[in-house]
Amino acid sequence: MNRSRETKALISIGIIGLVILFGAPHSLDLFSVISLTTAVSLAILALSLGLIWGFGGILCFGQTAFFGIGAYAYAIAALNFGGSTGAILAALIVAAASAALLGYFMFYGRLSDVYLAVITLTVTLILYSVIRRTSGPEYKIGIAKLGGFNGINVPPINYPWDATQFLYPEHVFYVAMVALLLAYFLCVWVTKSHFGRVSVSIRENELRSELLGYDVRLYKLCMFTIGGAIAGLAGIMFANSIGRITPDVFNLYNAALAIIWVIIGGRGTLIGPVLGALILFYMTSFLGQQSVVNINLFLGLVLIVFVLVVPKGIVPSLIQLWDRRRSRRMTARSAKKMRRRGRSRVKEAPVEE
Amino acid sequence: MRSNVVLETRSLSMHFGGVVAVDRVDFSLRENELRCLIGPNGAGKSTFFKCLTAQLRPTAGDVVIRDFNVTGSESHQIARMGIGIKTQVPNVFDGLDVEENIWLSASQSASAKRARVITSEVVERLELGEVRKSQLGSLAHGQRQLVELGMVLAGEPWLVILDEPTAGMTQDEVVRTADVIREINQSATMIVVEHDMQFIRMIAQKVTVFHQGQILVEGNMDEISSDHRVREVYLGHRKSS
Amino acid sequence: MDLFAALVLQIIYGIANLVLISIGLAVIFGMMRVINLAHGEFLMLGGYAVIVATNNGVNIWVAMFILAPLIVGLIGLIVEWCLIRFLYGRMVDTLLATWGLSLFFIGLITTIFGAQTATTISPPFGAITIGEYSSSGYELFLICIAVLMIILVYLLLRYTKLGLVARGTMQGADMAASLGVSTQRVYSTTFGIGAALTGLAGGLLAPITGILPTSGAIYIGKAFITVISGGTAILAGTASASVLLGAINGIVAFLIGPTMGEVALLLLAIVLLRLMPQGITGRFFKRSL
Repeated sequence: MNRSRETKALISIGIIGLVILFGAPHSLDLFSVISLTTAVSLAILALSLGLIWGFGGILCFGQTAFFGIGAYAYAIAALNFGGSTGAILAALIVAAASAALLGYFMFYGRLSDVYLAVITLTVTLILYSVIRRTSGPEYKIGIAKLGGFNGINVPPINYPWDATQFLYPEHVFYVAMVALLLAYFLCVWVTKSHFGRVSVSIRENELRSELLGYDVRLYKLCMFTIGGAIAGLAGIMFANSIGRITPDVFNLYNAALAIIWVIIGGRGTLIGPVLGALILFYMTSFLGQQSVVNINLFLGLVLIVFVLVVPKGIVPSLIQLWDRRRSRRMTARSAKKMRRRGRSRVKEAPVEE
Repeated sequence: MRSNVVLETRSLSMHFGGVVAVDRVDFSLRENELRCLIGPNGAGKSTFFKCLTAQLRPTAGDVVIRDFNVTGSESHQIARMGIGIKTQVPNVFDGLDVEENIWLSASQSASAKRARVITSEVVERLELGEVRKSQLGSLAHGQRQLVELGMVLAGEPWLVILDEPTAGMTQDEVVRTADVIREINQSATMIVVEHDMQFIRMIAQKVTVFHQGQILVEGNMDEISSDHRVREVYLGHRKSS
Repeated sequence: MDLFAALVLQIIYGIANLVLISIGLAVIFGMMRVINLAHGEFLMLGGYAVIVATNNGVNIWVAMFILAPLIVGLIGLIVEWCLIRFLYGRMVDTLLATWGLSLFFIGLITTIFGAQTATTISPPFGAITIGEYSSSGYELFLICIAVLMIILVYLLLRYTKLGLVARGTMQGADMAASLGVSTQRVYSTTFGIGAALTGLAGGLLAPITGILPTSGAIYIGKAFITVISGGTAILAGTASASVLLGAINGIVAFLIGPTMGEVALLLLAIVLLRLMPQGITGRFFKRSL
């Protein structure tokens, strides 16, 4: 995509985002707004994976680990601090720090794609099984009990200046949507920066980046940490939209969903995974309501089909189709012009025999 | 006096299990030299190259660059010392265009503004203007080699190490590359690992011949061509030219 | 003293458990570098095969040693034929597609059997006593089976024609092909055998853990970590990794608790991979089976 087209696309995305931000609470009922808040928080998670995988080349099967860590850290901090503002900051730091720690071991150990994927998956699964068993009252951090498989009730988010004034659900939606827009444009900025361009080059050819003088391990670590922080942000928004955090955030199903969003939406773009998450959220809610076929079956088939047939994902494939139609239309147009010119030339030129 | 030796190896060895690929090699390179490394397949040239560029960690011995013992460093640290490296198989960024490839190299050490200047200079110098916006993956092998050379140049290196820079090139491209290499040599010290004897003749000053992991003999092109050991081992039983 | 014996037995069982759940995966990974994320579901399918068959009157030994490996082996062949063969060499795509397959199987079994456990069956051996402590006789039995499985795979690889062809293909597929070996056939057979071994393990483990459609998830992490830590030599890798990881798991589980044992296993694996990125057999026992 050339530069002006990209800028136009980004502006459109910004405008649509603002329209949804201000328009949704007025045109949708309360339940739909809350639903949309959840969808938006999942979209932020998808964005984080889209960034580190699509642009950084880091295949993380356990992005839900940082999502869940962000959510749990937020709930625990909010309960302990008695307010939400400091809790948001604390949760972001904890999520980023966890990513940095895991990332250090993986990238400085020069683990490759496949091992990375399996280890990150195992981390999220271990978090799932460990936290599930924390039902007893002795498992707590400060005054917050971990609650095992029942989870933690998340205290409602409050205005930063007054710990007793809580936000209404519509306002929670505003916060989440603003978070999504900010996170999205932050990611766009990252990908355009020198850091982002180097990360893409690492994705393309790690050895060459290294031979140019870039410390590949450090770049991957930073990218992974940024992704972890954004996933943590998603977890914080999710906690606020659902109101209760259970260990299910870490489970295999949700970990798979994150990957599916990115694959369906389009690896290599940022808006693709966001759209993938939104589409699948509503599709799975709809399909989850019928009980003929279990939803995993459907999701599994979708994943297989996309990997085999539409590996690029929806957004890039649409862009490709659009480009081909445009070039066909343009060739047709210029062919028409040439024919017209040809005809007029024949009229004007003297006939020589 | 050490008379400006910029790179040397001391008893450098590389073992792979039982195989000794590089065997106690003492090598030294002076400033502004253009040294060619030749030898038959399996002689250890590429392994030696990888030890110099920290792609492999030597089993024993030292690599010393400008009096710094760099044995055991990471590849990016070697590159950051101002050393340009071109690998045997072209390692470029296939999904990115020519300009981006070269810019990534330039911007590693130069400021944003200077990096853009360097990039356009390199593109012009190597006559890549027509393909500047083409994806690397779509270019012919010889052109990809040229772009990789450009990436090496864009780093403004003082030492350039090339592994088979003309593999897969057309005759014209080989000649152009020889010119470029001679030009680079005016401001940088160079090591060129090569197979193509014709190409070596175009550029060679001093030549080091490898055989079975050790240095067999060193000298200029005439001395090497007339050395009977080299003939046996590398030039083989072909008619000498 | 008796406590010590019971503890040692516990640890050895943990090691044997890792061997059982990993060996099928190791065969497939060692041969084709394919990481099958549906591996846990193969174990689960083996478990369901045994439970459903036993609850319908089939003798438990027949169900475990004949039915389960046969059914899952067949499923493995079908999976290889319909899906895996299109993705050779594309490791990431194989990971993704087999993950889809895993979801598919979970969904399929849930749709057929519902999300609750098909009634469990009890282990065919009772408890045995060691002084004051009683251990499960069935666990002892499984330890023996694990050892037998290693011996069986070793004999297969070392002394049969199939094993020779398999080893040749592993070391150089092109060479093998130029000698007339149909590498596609070798891959299919290997995948089938790996699946059968996994089905057998799943069936054997069914009496111990109740089987849910999502049981696969419990095994997948451990099996993978064991195989990857072990490296590409099928037997030496699985054995060495199982011993190291199983020992740590058992010791920490005894000292602190079962979940901490799992955490310790993961941490040790991460450290191992940091030190030896090619797995244990990338560094030691390099040319072993």
